[in-house]
Amino acid sequence: MNDSTHWLLGRLDASALPFWDALQHPTTKSVVNAVIASGAASLVIIGALVVVFGLTWLRRWGWLWREWLTSPDHKKIGIMFIALALVMLARAVIEAVFMRLQQALGLDGGFLTADHFGQLFTTHGTIMVFFMAMPFLTGIINYVMPLQIGTRDLSFPVMNQISLGLTAAGAALVMISLVLAPFSTGGWTGYPSFTERAANPGAGVDYWIWAVTLSTLSSTLSGINFAVTIYKRRAPGMRWMRLPLFTWTALCTAILMVFAMPPLTVATALLALDRYLDFHLFTADLGGNMMNYINLFWAFGHPEVYILILPAFGIFSEVFSTFAGKTLYGYTALVIATLAIAVLSFTVWLHHFFTMGQSAHINAIFGIATMLIGIPTGVKIYDWMLTLFRGRIRLSVPMIYASGFIMLFVLGGLTGIVLAVPSVDYQVHNTLFLVAHFHNMLIPGLLFGMLAGTNFWFPKAFGFRLEERWGRRAAYAWIVGFMLAFFPLYALGVLGMPRRTVAFFTPAYLPWTLTAMVGAVIILLAMTCLLVQLWVSVRDRHLNAVPIGDPWDGRSLEWAVSSPPPEYNFPVIPEIHGRDAFMLEKERGKAYQVPDEYPDIVLPANSAMGVIVAVTGTAIAFGLTWYQWWLVLLAAGITLAAVITRGFCRDTTRTLPGEEVRRTHLNWLAQVRATVPIDRSQEQSCANRGLPLPPVEGAIQ
Amino acid sequence: MSALTARQTAATDAPARHPGINLGHAHREGEESREEMVFGFWVFMMSDMILFGLLFATYVTMLGGTAGGPGPKELFDMRGAFFETMLLLVSSFTFGMASLALKYRDDRRALVGWLLITLLLGLGFVAHELYDFHKMFEAGGVPSRSGFLSAFFSLVPLHGLHVSVACVWLIALLGQLAVHGLDAQTKNGLIRLAILWHFLDIVWIGIFSLVYLGGLA
Amino acid sequence: MIQVPGCRPPWWRLPRLPAWSVLPLLAGCGDAHLSFLDPQGPIAAAQRQHFWWVIVITLTVVLPVLVLTPLILWRYRYGGHARYRPHWAFSKLADLAIWGIPLVVVAVLGSLTWRSTLALDPYRPLPSDQPPLEVEVVGFDWKWLFIYPEQGIATLDELVIPAGRPISLRLTSASVMQGFFVPALGSQIDVMNRMVTRLHLEADAPGVFPGRNMQYSGREFYRQRFVTRALSADDFAAFTTRAHAQGRAFTPEVLDRLMAQNTHAALARALGGHTEDSHADDGATGDTSGVSDEHTVPATLGALDRAPLHFTRLPSDLFAAIVAHRAPDWDHAIAPRPANPPLSADATPGATP
Repeated sequence: MNDSTHWLLGRLDASALPFWDALQHPTTKSVVNAVIASGAASLVIIGALVVVFGLTWLRRWGWLWREWLTSPDHKKIGIMFIALALVMLARAVIEAVFMRLQQALGLDGGFLTADHFGQLFTTHGTIMVFFMAMPFLTGIINYVMPLQIGTRDLSFPVMNQISLGLTAAGAALVMISLVLAPFSTGGWTGYPSFTERAANPGAGVDYWIWAVTLSTLSSTLSGINFAVTIYKRRAPGMRWMRLPLFTWTALCTAILMVFAMPPLTVATALLALDRYLDFHLFTADLGGNMMNYINLFWAFGHPEVYILILPAFGIFSEVFSTFAGKTLYGYTALVIATLAIAVLSFTVWLHHFFTMGQSAHINAIFGIATMLIGIPTGVKIYDWMLTLFRGRIRLSVPMIYASGFIMLFVLGGLTGIVLAVPSVDYQVHNTLFLVAHFHNMLIPGLLFGMLAGTNFWFPKAFGFRLEERWGRRAAYAWIVGFMLAFFPLYALGVLGMPRRTVAFFTPAYLPWTLTAMVGAVIILLAMTCLLVQLWVSVRDRHLNAVPIGDPWDGRSLEWAVSSPPPEYNFPVIPEIHGRDAFMLEKERGKAYQVPDEYPDIVLPANSAMGVIVAVTGTAIAFGLTWYQWWLVLLAAGITLAAVITRGFCRDTTRTLPGEEVRRTHLNWLAQVRATVPIDRSQEQSCANRGLPLPPVEGAIQ
Repeated sequence: MSALTARQTAATDAPARHPGINLGHAHREGEESREEMVFGFWVFMMSDMILFGLLFATYVTMLGGTAGGPGPKELFDMRGAFFETMLLLVSSFTFGMASLALKYRDDRRALVGWLLITLLLGLGFVAHELYDFHKMFEAGGVPSRSGFLSAFFSLVPLHGLHVSVACVWLIALLGQLAVHGLDAQTKNGLIRLAILWHFLDIVWIGIFSLVYLGGLA
Repeated sequence: MIQVPGCRPPWWRLPRLPAWSVLPLLAGCGDAHLSFLDPQGPIAAAQRQHFWWVIVITLTVVLPVLVLTPLILWRYRYGGHARYRPHWAFSKLADLAIWGIPLVVVAVLGSLTWRSTLALDPYRPLPSDQPPLEVEVVGFDWKWLFIYPEQGIATLDELVIPAGRPISLRLTSASVMQGFFVPALGSQIDVMNRMVTRLHLEADAPGVFPGRNMQYSGREFYRQRFVTRALSADDFAAFTTRAHAQGRAFTPEVLDRLMAQNTHAALARALGGHTEDSHADDGATGDTSGVSDEHTVPATLGALDRAPLHFTRLPSDLFAAIVAHRAPDWDHAIAPRPANPPLSADATPGATP
């Protein structure tokens, strides 16, 4: 590289191309790996090109810009969050399949190089936590929570755009790292001193640092936004103990985000200082202490587990009571348990490193603290079972996920208790037992929750139900695939097989890794089923349309409005008289009423802030990764200018005349009156237009 | 409404809707959104507080990590730190005066005057802190020298960075005042900036006591 | 008997359950001793017991969920005839049970955790009528060096210990964080640069057990394994004598090579010309230099059957120097000791920063 391009490209050169190494040192293995890596890179490039050409061809750029990218509507931002999560989910699942394939063939070798494998487990973990799980739950909270509490938007719609922009920038960075490699091999936890410059001088760790940092900033802002919305924007009469349980979990997750994201921001920022400015915070030399990083990371990492899982608990609570046709059992206990979990989550971080040599007393105390979390969690499980008890259970797709969750999750809880006993943890720490455990918590606990939520609320968001048959296939494939892929990992862990190992030399492991491979293939099938389900549903969208908006005989407020809801959610902000607000209205025959008057509605105006932050965020992070300082300064300058200019903006709202709202609402109400209500046996038929029969006490609908 | 009646109504029947100065009835326009924004800003401050808290904790654990390099006694200039403390404390006072002017006075002259003084004090603080760092660098106190110095330079300059950002924000708000006058949005901005400004004061008191005074103890 | 150090026989001890020790599907490990479910020392044996006890106790709250959930799903299915109570949402008795039972279970588990954790503290010396064997362990990229300060020898990727005598390990890393682990003998412990951690292990009987690094440390991490060889007291004495006689001198060059990023095989090649080094390549099979013919490495350990590297004439402060990032004192080698050292008290309490 000559000096004239150095200022432009920084340390980026041809060696960043995924096939460069194979050109320099062509061995069978390096060529195989180059083909795989280049294939992935081409997928990214082709995907981007298809989107660009498709939008141009269909002349949809203006539509995309006005209706989506600059929209401050929480519903659209939520959908974009979820779309991002699904794309990232697809990538990370494919990576997981490659890892399983490698370990299935990994006795004495396999086909992946150790570095390639290292990047796979690092990106898989990073994506699944920061760019699949976080955007997924953020998206669902974004969409559902304001509808559930009876408000028109989040407290800070533009900040919501910025959250999306930051997460998108982080995800873009991870995607770019496929084309301009490599990514970090330090695992999603990024422990120094392995991730310090001395051991890993390349761009990989920097990619990881900035992608994660963007994600944590995004989540902090989302957490603030959600918490303030729930505190300040509840509809009149929506008292705390009348909140739907999903909103309660959203609140707890939001509070955890506000308090638990900063530790990770600090950890990655300090690691960046070490790498960029030769600080010595976590180095082995000159008084650094890498144990500080590990404590900071898990001070984030453990609450993070509950950030991920609490919204799923909320979704399951809604699903269980809706599809059992029954009031949630033990509402108060569930709220208390959720709060208890949120508080306790800050007290157990040390159980992630029982083996680091601290005193046995400390280990024992943290082990017992960890078990305490099992109490509120157990209470929740039993509350859900008692919700089903004496219900009328429709085993539709969300309910399949929920039932799979409840039974698989307790097994994960069991192994969690095993790991929480320090004397046993000394044996299974850092083995595949640990990997099996946290997948056992996060796949049934988080992912099943998100997929159940998607099936549950999809008709609300798009006005038609997702196709049921392919949904069931996907759900069962997920459950079976999960069991086959991860139960063998428990055995491997007990047999002493470490995590993150590219190959092994013990023939006894082979049957287990082969079984896990089969499980991974079934999970891939499940992903395919999800795609087919989406395709079939969109094809049959007119048959499955539910314009009235209440396809499941729902209980909370989001079902009280049309599907899809108008951009202002509620023509008139509803008055709340009790728990399960909409069910109460239906029971009292007060649903679908004409309000006395339709006041004008003030809505936030479109803004480009989210897009600007997404672009400049990507540019700053990319420039930092490759030492392209001009790009960093330029993008940072643009961000600052945009923020200051935004401060000078005064036309930040627009007003919708009440007359227009009235017309839309009366039209919809006329449609309600013209629709034939159905009972639950017709739920999955085209007769379901989203209007259930009014409830009669004790009778089965 | 005259300034006097504004004060009376505010004192009698306006409950405090958020911590800190509430503008009260004289500033009814935008009251709802202000309440929400200020509350949100307080939540953000809590998050920021965690950030500083963790850096304080890191600093404390790294006190022993001087690796044979210069320590607090060799590097810290108490007179400089005390001067900076005074600058910041006085700036908090002047911002308080600006807030009072915002609440009780109709003319903008007093408000702008107090804000300009605050800005000068803030910039003075940043300049003097940079000068202090420069002196530390000359004495061999660079962050790459030891874990202790790394921890110092990740904590104290972060506060300085916050003050710098607050100064930029103040300039931007003065610009908004010039362009749009004292409308609801500018008021919202000033109230939030005031919270940040006092918060940074508190953080600095923590730094002064724990880092500077503690370093010499 | 399980020898949980310094504890009376614990009340929660299970009767011997050989059927549990190797689950049918976990069989086939043969003599590889891969797992603590096939324990070869008192620590691992205790850990196996804790493992099963924790599972049994926790199952009391897990089993009802596994059994009752499908039953409820079936009995209260849509279209069934069971009682439907859409507004039933609270029962004092049920609430008492669902809070009370987990509480009791966690209390029991908590007390078990407290006792087992203190009993199996890796820093805690094991009770024995013999003094522990001191071994210093250094994790390099990507190999393990075992220093025997009393014997004045060192081995690479081969931890040779006397069976039935406690081993007292002091561990550090010359590289990034690593995890030292011999599953069949007991706990794993993290090893970190500039820090010293402690671990106490003991093997019940002569045998060969695999060990490895558990913390990902880069490209050749998966190869960073070692073999633990427990010998009878006589064989151990013979081993130290042999290592003294045949080991190569630990020179600055050796230390440089150790510090470089390489595997056992590459290192052996680089050192070259060693008498014991005729099968240096990973995966080579054959005689393992006859240290102990009865305990050659089983085939299930795969590529572990490589030639060991032994060193002698070690600088006396080698371990401390590596921990402190300074050059060892090359002029003062450890004096050779008699094969059977006199009994001495446990010399090194506590961890060194």
